[in-house]
Amino acid sequence: MSQTTRNALLFLLVGALIVLTGLTQSWNAALTIVNMGLLSAIMALGVNIQWGYAGLYNVGTMGFIALGGLATVLVAMDPVPGAWQAGGLRILAALIFGGAVIAAAALLYRRLAGSLSGVLALAVLLVAGFVFYRWVLDPAVAAVEAINPALQGNIGGLGLPVLLSWPVGGLLAAGAGWLIGKTALGLRSDYLAIATLGIAEIVIAVMKNEEWLDRGVKNIVDIPRPVPYEIDLQANETFLSLVSALGANPASASAIAVKLLYAAMFLVVLLALIWLSNAALHSPWGRMMRAIRDNEVAAAAMGKDVTRRHLQIFVLGCAVLGIAGAMLATMESQLTPGAFQPMRYTFLIWVMVVVGGSGSNLGSVLGGFLIWYLWVQVEPWGTGLMRLATAGMADGSPLKHHLVESAAHMRLVVMGAILILMLRFRPQGLIPGK
Amino acid sequence: MDILNALVAFANFVLLPGMTYGCQLALGALGATLVYGILRFSNFAHGDTMAFGTMATILATWGLQAAGVSIAPLPTPLIALPFGFAATVLMVLATDRLVYRPYRNRKVASITLVMTSLGVMFVMGGLVRIFIGVDDRQFADGARFVFTAAQFRTWTGLGETVALRTAQVITIVATAVAVGWLHWFLTRTRTGKSMRAFSDNENLALLSGINPERVVMIVWVLSAMLATLAGVLYGLDKSFRPITYFQLLLPVFAAAVVGGLGNPLGAVPGGFVIAFSEVLFTYSFKKVASYLLPQGWQPEGLLQFLATDYKIAVSFAVLVLVLLFRPTGIFRGKTA
Repeated sequence: MSQTTRNALLFLLVGALIVLTGLTQSWNAALTIVNMGLLSAIMALGVNIQWGYAGLYNVGTMGFIALGGLATVLVAMDPVPGAWQAGGLRILAALIFGGAVIAAAALLYRRLAGSLSGVLALAVLLVAGFVFYRWVLDPAVAAVEAINPALQGNIGGLGLPVLLSWPVGGLLAAGAGWLIGKTALGLRSDYLAIATLGIAEIVIAVMKNEEWLDRGVKNIVDIPRPVPYEIDLQANETFLSLVSALGANPASASAIAVKLLYAAMFLVVLLALIWLSNAALHSPWGRMMRAIRDNEVAAAAMGKDVTRRHLQIFVLGCAVLGIAGAMLATMESQLTPGAFQPMRYTFLIWVMVVVGGSGSNLGSVLGGFLIWYLWVQVEPWGTGLMRLATAGMADGSPLKHHLVESAAHMRLVVMGAILILMLRFRPQGLIPGK
Repeated sequence: MDILNALVAFANFVLLPGMTYGCQLALGALGATLVYGILRFSNFAHGDTMAFGTMATILATWGLQAAGVSIAPLPTPLIALPFGFAATVLMVLATDRLVYRPYRNRKVASITLVMTSLGVMFVMGGLVRIFIGVDDRQFADGARFVFTAAQFRTWTGLGETVALRTAQVITIVATAVAVGWLHWFLTRTRTGKSMRAFSDNENLALLSGINPERVVMIVWVLSAMLATLAGVLYGLDKSFRPITYFQLLLPVFAAAVVGGLGNPLGAVPGGFVIAFSEVLFTYSFKKVASYLLPQGWQPEGLLQFLATDYKIAVSFAVLVLVLLFRPTGIFRGKTA
């Protein structure tokens, strides 16, 4: 069987699984899986750019995805009336000042490295800078958070179209990626892993606690949507006549129509990203990247700046993750910082990349769909299996209750087992990269 | 000026919690750094190994409590520890046998092992959640305090007061014993010396007839026991919750990197550096300052560098600073 037929069969298999869900459960559920599968594919693509093209190990994808989500809030939400006058500008000034202090400290460090007076001056600069920063920031934050705290209490966004937040999310994540890459790239590979693990937790901590920014754990709901609302569709004459012509129920048809619109938009982004990264990979730049991946020492000997290229590709991968994060927040039309879990948004993405095949874009797409499907379905399967296994036990026994309750965690075990088995027996993945 | 009261407040809110947390991190970092020194990869499953060991100990504690065994005023989990050790060691050795060993003869890149440890993390985390659930659990019993805040106040008559909790004393004593024993083991025994030799130069160690499988087995046993001890002590001091133990991974790694990855001597000071930075940067110094500053100079704000929720940011910042200025750690660790 040739590689192409095999790949086609694999995609057909995943498609069939999703169609089966549509037939046995509902088309709405199947489309939910498709949409999340598309987003997962884009996330896996971002990780694959870093890992498959350059061997960079980023275990902080959750943080970059969350930053993309933040972008939707900052771009698409309407500005909160009075927030900028109350303290928004002052917050901005404080943040700029904070950045300036750090830049000045870096400059000073370079000038005065080593000498005792230099270290002292550095310490004085940092402490004084921090105190002044807090003196500017704190009252402004309190003022902003005092505005209508039950519904707002944040500075809001710019009120621009939500689609604009997708590239902005990419930029935000790319910026964070640049900072972290600048620190940890060029050191041993484990350090990048540990550093990205940390930055992800910090991004989530900031998003949970800085209420002036995104209302923290109070969540932002009602992010404007790029597609019509179901309610409006159900009141729309053209839509209703179309639905009745098809003989469908307007309520479920409107839900499906909205999901299909999202699916179409996501598909466009996914295809564009695949096309771009394939084009890049086959350009001279891509050849250089593959040369670096395959033999860093040789590439360095040919005069390639390995660390710089790594930084470049790390930032690109982070940007893709940020775009996916913005798309996710757009689809859910809300931002819930508490919902970002590393299992779901970091490690699951890794399983997708490894299962799909590192270095292969098609593999990432397949892995994204397949693993997302399993992640959704293993939970009910596990519960069903556990019910079967405990069928002989007395109803209402605490052990039986506990076992059935805990079957939901089966999916962690299953995902772990899949990852271990793939790495051991098929490290090149289902669709090997070239 | 009231230096005594300021010192007492400082001891109660910074010194004791920092010491305790530092000990717990040190034990966790020791386990991770030992594995790194011998097997040359960062074990991402270490946090969940801590959770697994703690879970096994909690289950054994429940069994002992049901059987009426007690060593009050000391907490029952202390006598349940051997069961926790045994279960975790078996689990980790089985993992090594099934998952890691096949890679050893093939000389794979360390990143493959890191990825594999991610899979192990999933499985262990899932098992812990299946066995014991995701809830917060307090499992300490026995006397809660060595002396309470009220007792301290009647003894000294000071305005400020200190409470010494049993868990804090147990943590510090157990860490001292464990670190002392480990140091003796690594420097004085034949097995320990062969482990250090293996860590320094694998090929040379193999040439001099050291059995690599035995070294690897011992390092897993030590790492599993250290992880269990760290996890149980953390749980006694605070509480047990699987997700918290996963999140301990970052401070534990930060401690190991600060101390120099692969360098067991560095892990202990590394743990203290991380723990004290976390506590100091998130502690409100208002009370201490109000005792130290003259009347009328009382501070208005909390005098807190960062909100407590940013603890993790502090350990991360320390990690980044070390990576930027001294990537091999304060005490030189392994570089390759």
